[in-house]
Amino acid sequence: MGLSSRKGIYIPFPQAVPCSYILNMEDCLGNNPIACGKCLEVCEKEAVNYDDQDEIVTREVGVIIVAIGLAVYDPTEMDEYGYTRFSNVITSIEFERLICAGGPTAGNFVRPSDRQPPKRIGFIQCVGSRNPKIGRPYCSNICCMNTIKDTLLLADHYPDVENVVFYQDIRAFGKSFEDMFQRSKEAGTRYIRGLPGDIEEDPQTGNLIVTVENTTSGGMERYELDMLVLSVGVEPPEDLAKISSMLTLTKTSDGFFMESHPKLKPVDAPTRGVYFAGFCEAPKDIKDSVCQAGAAASRGGALLNAGQIQIEAITSRIDEAACKKCGLCAAVCPYAAIIWKKGEAATVIEAACAGCGSCGAACPFGAITMRHFTDDQLIAQVRATLAENPQDKVFVFACSWCSYAGGDMAGISRIQYPSTNRVVRTMCSARVSEEMVLEAFRCGAPVVLVSGCHYADCHYINANRQTVVRVQRLWDKLEKAGVRPERLQLEWISAAEGQKFAQVMWRLEELRKAVTMEEIEQAREALKRKPKKVARQKTAAAAAG
Amino acid sequence: MAADRTKGEIRVGVFVCDCGLNIAGAVDCTAVSEYAKRLPDVVCVVQNKYTCADPGQNEIKDAIRQHHLNRVVIGSCTPRQHEPTFRQCVREAGLNPYLMEMANLREHCSWVHPGDREGATNKAKDLVASAVARARFLEPQEELTVAVSRAALVIGGGVAGIEAALELADAGHKVVLVEKEPSIGGTMAQLDKTYPTMDCSI
Ligand SMILES: Cc1cc2nc3c(=O)[nH]c(=O)nc-3n(C[C@H](O)[C@H](O)[C@H](O)COP(=O)(O)OP(=O)(O)OC[C@H]3O[C@@H](n4cnc5c(N)ncnc54)[C@H](O)[C@@H]3O)c2cc1C
Ligand code: SF4
Ligand code: SF4
Ligand code: SF4
Repeated sequence: MGLSSRKGIYIPFPQAVPCSYILNMEDCLGNNPIACGKCLEVCEKEAVNYDDQDEIVTREVGVIIVAIGLAVYDPTEMDEYGYTRFSNVITSIEFERLICAGGPTAGNFVRPSDRQPPKRIGFIQCVGSRNPKIGRPYCSNICCMNTIKDTLLLADHYPDVENVVFYQDIRAFGKSFEDMFQRSKEAGTRYIRGLPGDIEEDPQTGNLIVTVENTTSGGMERYELDMLVLSVGVEPPEDLAKISSMLTLTKTSDGFFMESHPKLKPVDAPTRGVYFAGFCEAPKDIKDSVCQAGAAASRGGALLNAGQIQIEAITSRIDEAACKKCGLCAAVCPYAAIIWKKGEAATVIEAACAGCGSCGAACPFGAITMRHFTDDQLIAQVRATLAENPQDKVFVFACSWCSYAGGDMAGISRIQYPSTNRVVRTMCSARVSEEMVLEAFRCGAPVVLVSGCHYADCHYINANRQTVVRVQRLWDKLEKAGVRPERLQLEWISAAEGQKFAQVMWRLEELRKAVTMEEIEQAREALKRKPKKVARQKTAAAAAG
Repeated sequence: MAADRTKGEIRVGVFVCDCGLNIAGAVDCTAVSEYAKRLPDVVCVVQNKYTCADPGQNEIKDAIRQHHLNRVVIGSCTPRQHEPTFRQCVREAGLNPYLMEMANLREHCSWVHPGDREGATNKAKDLVASAVARARFLEPQEELTVAVSRAALVIGGGVAGIEAALELADAGHKVVLVEKEPSIGGTMAQLDKTYPTMDCSI
């Protein structure tokens, strides 16, 4: 707000922990001590070190609690409120600095333009919240109560101020919240139902003219105010995507972290040993953040107390005798869990293997057995599903973490779609081999879908890039065989996207109806296994058996 | 040992869950059960009201013993919810937990096709057939146990991170708290008074 300036060496705020001075390397002249070096001279404990550098510290941990909080919405894009044009329009977080005794004005509540105490203060709610038009449909949860709090603070410190709040709904649903709302009204705050359409500034006075349709009375109203506070919404923290890909987490459609189950596992991340606390999982106030933090600590503590964890027996195994030493498996493993040297059979480090199955789909010689997701098991599912009336079915491969979970989300949300789809679950979309897809077409599937997590959300680092490679290769093969490549579809559906899952099923149903019996028969013929391949299958079966 | 049961003939038991009316409301579970009886290697089919409840689980355990089942297929909800429950259930009846397979008749079927009983029932039959086909190839598996490093990492030093770190430390665990800003405190440190108590934020 330009109300005060920060020095090159400072304490972030009076109660900071650790309570020590920090050098701001961008402003400090002493980066070159010959030029300045004043702080170095006055520090008796010789704690100033211009050369201090970031360092990387390595610690081994069994549990991670993600509590990276929130970011506050920047209302610059909502230009109708004049945030960048009128100096007396401020955000709610700036309001906090203005009214705080430790803030730039030492708690004297003045407005920015003339540093005079404002007498008429307006608040606009839902700025950057509940507004699908700007892609921000969710309620930020804390801003109604924060405004109610602000009006009470103002009424308490400055009994002669007049507060007006413009809102669409007041959400005061927590314990003792309604009571605060009533107190605010009793203290004289006026609540006008309706969000202003237009704000103007009187260039002489710096006052703000607000025009609003009062949706309760139905009339247009005009207010002249000394200052306007935009009750800004809250958004996911800046680093969410970074932490998400580090720990293979997912986010919901509003961008916050996705929990393992919305009712039954609200603090667990889908990745075992990772838990959420606070705002980064969903908008919530301090009390709810503290509650969730306690729950996360208790869930994590239980795991630490147990001292051990069972790894699902879904890892890869290589049959040394069947391995032709080509190294393809090692090339696709996102975890570098396969050791292979030219001329040697490949081997798997079981503790490093995460069980994505990409190697199993890549091995051309059937030398790899993905435990619990074997070729035999998955091919048997394809055949059994399409044994009767395959022409009526859309065949779907869905990864367990995202697409299959997206299907679950459609179910939980009761979103309807045609009953013609048949889903087979794999851990990762990269488990789906070309052979499995071809088998579905051979069995008469009109349409096959391979679906997985969005790129950034892949639970196996980036295994789903192999999915793309395989699907593209299949499209080429289908085209060469005279089969319409559109009959093989690829979609990314996240665990939160129940709506998208349903939409995709509607779309594929349309596609299915357009596939003729002749096309199905043609594909069966054209994709028939070559005799050589049959022999290969046999060795694979023998190896597996 | 559980593994021995998989030698020789394959004996699949199929359990079709009504889930009250959650599944039975949209799927003809009796027709699905009848259909399952004709699937290869299926030696017993049971329709339950609530398979996950104790009586339902006891029916599975009894059937495993009585019919010498060595594969179990449960047509109920998503494996993402009850796979651990049913793995434990078959384990208690002496079967390796990896010899149990689920068909998702609720989230992927009854809940999304409520107005289409015939379509939903056909789909449910296919889902059970697919699960039985897979089950016939299931093999017992042993899980690897690995030690959990006895320390916790908390990322973010706002009120939530601080609270979680203190709780864990109070319970005697080693905690590393990582904060990217020069001070912990997070958003609360920028606030003056906070609702509902109207006291100082720090
Ligand atoms: C204007 C406003 C007013 C509010 N008023 C109230 C109120 O009166 N009462 C109330 O109950 N609630 C209020 N809230 C809500 C309250 O601020 C939050 O509920 C609370 O701060 C959430 O705590 P948190 O720890 O989850 O997140 P935060 O407080 O945001 O803390 C997150 C921490 O993680 C750190 N971090 C982020 N990324 C990384 C990373 N990659 N590595 C390491 N550290 C990282 C951040 O620097 C930060 O310190 C208000 C919020 C706003 C915006
Ligand atoms: S809490 Fe109130 S102001 Fe904030 S988004 Fe929800 S309804 Fe709007
Ligand atoms: S590719 Fe996947 S399944 Fe194969 S070894 Fe690597 S992590 Fe394991
Ligand atoms: S891809 Fe198959 S044949 Fe090639 S090295 Fe790996 S296991 Fe051996």
